[in-house]
Amino acid sequence: MAAEKTAAAGGPAQAGPRSGLFGRLHDFLLRPEASVIVVAVILVIYFQFTNVNFLTNANLETLSQFIAAPVIIACGEIMLLICREIDLSVGQVFALAPFVMERAYDIGLPVVPAIVAALLVCALIGYVIGLITIRLSVPSFITTLGMLFLITGVTLTISRGFPANTPGGKLLTNIMGNWGYAEMVWALGIVVVMHIVLRHTRWGLHTIATGGNVVAAAESGIDCDRIRMGNFILTSTLGGFAGLLEAFRIGSTDPLAGGSNIMFLGVASGVIGGTAIAGGTGTIIGGLVGGIVLGVLQDGFTLQGINAFTFDIIIGAAILLAMVANIHLARLRGAGQG
Amino acid sequence: MSASTEALRAEGIVKTFGHVTALDGVSMHVARGEMLGILGDNGAGKSTLMKILTGYHRPTSGQMFVNGAPVSLGSVDHARTFGIECVYQDLALVNGLSIYHNLFLNREILRPGPFRLLDHRAMRRHAEAALADIGVNIPSVDLEVGALSGGQRQAIAVARAVASNARILLLDEPLAAMGAREAGLIIGLIERLKARGDIAIVMIAHNYAQTLEICDRVMLMQHGEVTFESRAAETSPTELLEIVRREYRAARVG
Repeated sequence: MAAEKTAAAGGPAQAGPRSGLFGRLHDFLLRPEASVIVVAVILVIYFQFTNVNFLTNANLETLSQFIAAPVIIACGEIMLLICREIDLSVGQVFALAPFVMERAYDIGLPVVPAIVAALLVCALIGYVIGLITIRLSVPSFITTLGMLFLITGVTLTISRGFPANTPGGKLLTNIMGNWGYAEMVWALGIVVVMHIVLRHTRWGLHTIATGGNVVAAAESGIDCDRIRMGNFILTSTLGGFAGLLEAFRIGSTDPLAGGSNIMFLGVASGVIGGTAIAGGTGTIIGGLVGGIVLGVLQDGFTLQGINAFTFDIIIGAAILLAMVANIHLARLRGAGQG
Repeated sequence: MSASTEALRAEGIVKTFGHVTALDGVSMHVARGEMLGILGDNGAGKSTLMKILTGYHRPTSGQMFVNGAPVSLGSVDHARTFGIECVYQDLALVNGLSIYHNLFLNREILRPGPFRLLDHRAMRRHAEAALADIGVNIPSVDLEVGALSGGQRQAIAVARAVASNARILLLDEPLAAMGAREAGLIIGLIERLKARGDIAIVMIAHNYAQTLEICDRVMLMQHGEVTFESRAAETSPTELLEIVRREYRAARVG
């Protein structure tokens, strides 16, 4: 699994210069992503063992399409969770973005500028969420809960509740999600970029500092409000982008696409992957693997013919289990307070 | 003391928050190689003064001078350009980040190139050198700060200020809530910094005996004013206590 390699290679090689197989294994298991990577590998083996169709090209394509959107959303939510915020409305932005593109196209914009316009509107929504949260001191949980309903209403109004076909030629449609793996390629690209942003740029470091100790961050001169604002804008924009990909994949826009379900899948991917809901720490790679775990569970159980009700029970239990593992591994790492 | 060695001076600093007057005409000065202790109870205005000296708050009125030149500090970053660095009581450290990331927080070393990526290797190397330079012993700069003891964390915080070229080092309760051994670690560190002779140190503290022991000069603050000032060698904890007690008595009568 590619993610496993990345995590092991990026490990704290300089920290504890452990040698030998067991030393490396020990270092790996102390990483926040470790438990979820192990779970992902076990699940893939299990489903392949119980159903030979699991690792076929057709199924991997289906799987990738299920995984991609939550992973893209997770990339934004992880940044927000790290700086102690959350965006509950990203699933609604997901549904809105294709309609904005549609309307922009209808009034005469070419497709690409229409896509850009849609993303700008999403960024603007993130900006408004940021303004209300930061300037008016409303907790982001409440701000985005309000936006959740507000944006649903806007989407239903401008779509009049009807789906529409996506514009654009074959090439663009393929690139934007219609080719089987296009969405997943976008998702992986975004994961790579966001991993670099989190681990190797000042923005990522300052995001961790903002969530880890906001007083300390402010006293060292970091503009924490700017960090929060940027991450709100990022999350909304990524949510809108995921919505556009989904619309192009299906070939039509759907006013009821995404919603709270996809938002929670994104947040759950992040949390299962090892991002602390209390802020200050998180991992993008973990979010990717968390998304893979949720996707594999969904897809695997669907292949096995388990019904949707059972699936929800399993997802719920998986989230709880992952959280228990997450918390106890963190304690093992001695990374808690004090 | 001659003006040439004077590092920092504040004249008639007033700070009000709405109807509350936190500082009511406070003046202070400190020279290079000198250590000034500011004593006082909670609410005496020590921390507010500190936050003005670091540029975190702007004074309502009053004037500050760095190296004899009048300055108006607009922000913490601005104060930094004058070599003013503060180590706060709440330890401006982020638990989830490594020691070297903390040492370089908001002044990270970046790799050359258009992507402005962090140069982890250079920061790690500089962090090791900075800690060795002031005699702080830590097994690895990759350790997360959350895993360190209170004394070690304080030492990292001081190291951070020094590593960023502090000329005027402000310490906010550096020995608070620390055992004797831990405090010894920090006192040793402060003595080494003093011995360098190029840094002016201002320390806020509660503990009279400790402050008189390590500072050259002390200043007592009460309800936003400086009520007593002396060379450390010329006063005693008893005298300081007596002044404070007199104040309490006056307050009770009033």
